Amino acid sequence: MRSRTPKSTEPLVQIRTVRSVTRRGLIEAGGGAAAAAIVSPPALAQEGDNLPPSVPEWQLHPGDEVLSLPYGRPSKFEANVVRRYRQGSPEPPTRLSSFSLTPLQDLCGIITPNGLHYERHHAGVPTIDPLEHRLIVHGLVERPLVFAMEDLTRFPSSSRVHFLECSGNTQNWAAPKPELTAQDTHGLLSCCEWTGVPLATVLAEAGVKPEAKWMLAEGADAAAMTRSIPIEKALDDALLAYAQNGERLRPEQGYPLRLLLPGYEGNTSVKWLRRLKLGTEPFQTREETSKYTQLMPDGVASQFNFVMEAKSVITFPSGGQKLTALGFYEVSGLAWSGAGKVARVEVSVDGGRSWRDAALQQPVMSKCLTRFRFPWRWDGGQATLASRVTDETGYVQPTREALMKVRDARSYYHYNAIQNWSVAADGAVTNAG
Amino acid sequence: MHAAELYGFGRSATPQEIKGWDIDISPDGAGLPPGQGDVGQGEAIFAAKCGSCHGPHGEGKPMDRLVGGAGTLRDKKPIKTVGSFWPYATTLFDYVRRAMPLNAPQSLSPDEVYAISAYLLFLNGIVPQDATLDADALAKIKMPNRDGFVSAYPSPGAGVKP
Repeated sequence: MRSRTPKSTEPLVQIRTVRSVTRRGLIEAGGGAAAAAIVSPPALAQEGDNLPPSVPEWQLHPGDEVLSLPYGRPSKFEANVVRRYRQGSPEPPTRLSSFSLTPLQDLCGIITPNGLHYERHHAGVPTIDPLEHRLIVHGLVERPLVFAMEDLTRFPSSSRVHFLECSGNTQNWAAPKPELTAQDTHGLLSCCEWTGVPLATVLAEAGVKPEAKWMLAEGADAAAMTRSIPIEKALDDALLAYAQNGERLRPEQGYPLRLLLPGYEGNTSVKWLRRLKLGTEPFQTREETSKYTQLMPDGVASQFNFVMEAKSVITFPSGGQKLTALGFYEVSGLAWSGAGKVARVEVSVDGGRSWRDAALQQPVMSKCLTRFRFPWRWDGGQATLASRVTDETGYVQPTREALMKVRDARSYYHYNAIQNWSVAADGAVTNAG
Repeated sequence: MHAAELYGFGRSATPQEIKGWDIDISPDGAGLPPGQGDVGQGEAIFAAKCGSCHGPHGEGKPMDRLVGGAGTLRDKKPIKTVGSFWPYATTLFDYVRRAMPLNAPQSLSPDEVYAISAYLLFLNGIVPQDATLDADALAKIKMPNRDGFVSAYPSPGAGVKP
């Protein structure tokens, strides 16, 4: 009979938000502090039989064979790390036009696994046969052209790591809901290595006429999503992407072809791209007039707010998690700017009264997530953790108060204020807006 | 790049290919197809194909409200509809044709889209009840909130960013 390992020698446990699986798999277990719990290592379910000095059960027989899973998947113990809808917000009437959020609090580094990239679809995810997909380039060009995927993949290619953020990310305009996690507040954010052909290469093939100033990008989904893009952006760093993180695009991300506009609001990186039309003026599509515009307090709407302003969020410790012991913790989070590189991230543990520099994981890339880290010793008292990014243009992430002086909930989009997480004396971490 | 340095990938798009996909409508009316429809026709089509999501008279629920809200854009809770917020009638035609109804996009004929547009604009008090819309008439409509938008490109206007 194996000896039992006393509880006092349990290894440091992992801290993670635990949610129960409900009908929709969306509701947190319990609520508030009760929603946060310690995920025990699987060994504990065996009451210590798998802990030293015992030989673990999984070492006593062979494991799964090679090619058991021709396309692998995460460990079953990571089943809670999935995309979700936002807690506490009523879902739209149909999931054909809805969104899902990336579990930022459970991810490390800066790359979002393809199965966890946030989703925003306006009429569902189309199933497109790549052999029958075409891209037409026309309008104010010398040579209207049609491309098959095999044409596009013959061009010289480029791989770049960039974030995508929905401009509707972070709805902190109203009083904060304490139960929200980083996934809830900031999960319309992901970051991948994108591979494709620079759009400028393809546009040169068609020959852009000098009078062309705007480009309409249109999707092949059931919404035939359209946005108008300035020609300067199209000829700068735009990519016609056909791969993400080493594999072809996921259907949710535009398979087989999407536009990728680094630093621009996510909606402009039109998925399932089928048509590019060059013109002299913006096309004033529904998505750039009635949606994705910011209604200002004076009743005027600001449109074509393309660049995602600098923003940051602490992902550990963050809402729904719980600190279980005093002492050292590495505060960690993400910072980004649609205007270029992250230059500096500061962290406050006293709600913004004092700030100290965080360390930035290298390399820091332009229009890309940057992981920051900050050593902290928790003394068991109440603390409010916050991060503040400065980008290479000198722009400093605003406080909520500063943002609200300029615009409010009516503008809906582009909320980029400093995020606060409150740590209670019992270690519970809650959203403080 | 000079023509001699082009890769030569892809091929010429034929006018027929472009015509099949070139469905966008510009604010000046460019792209509007031949055809016409009136308010009465629009009411019947809307009841059959749109009302179950948008309400029989465009009052909304479960999907977007399409009617009303005039004068609310400065309110704490503005009501943004086709009538109160949309700056161009051409966008209404463009969007209905490309994306509506949700379960059968690009299924409406140009006549049907003109008729639905006429009905929604009538419900919003923008055209009279006896209105018939075609390409010319639709392009001439000035929406109530036409001047309610400012462009933040290339640089944000004052007051957009903190």
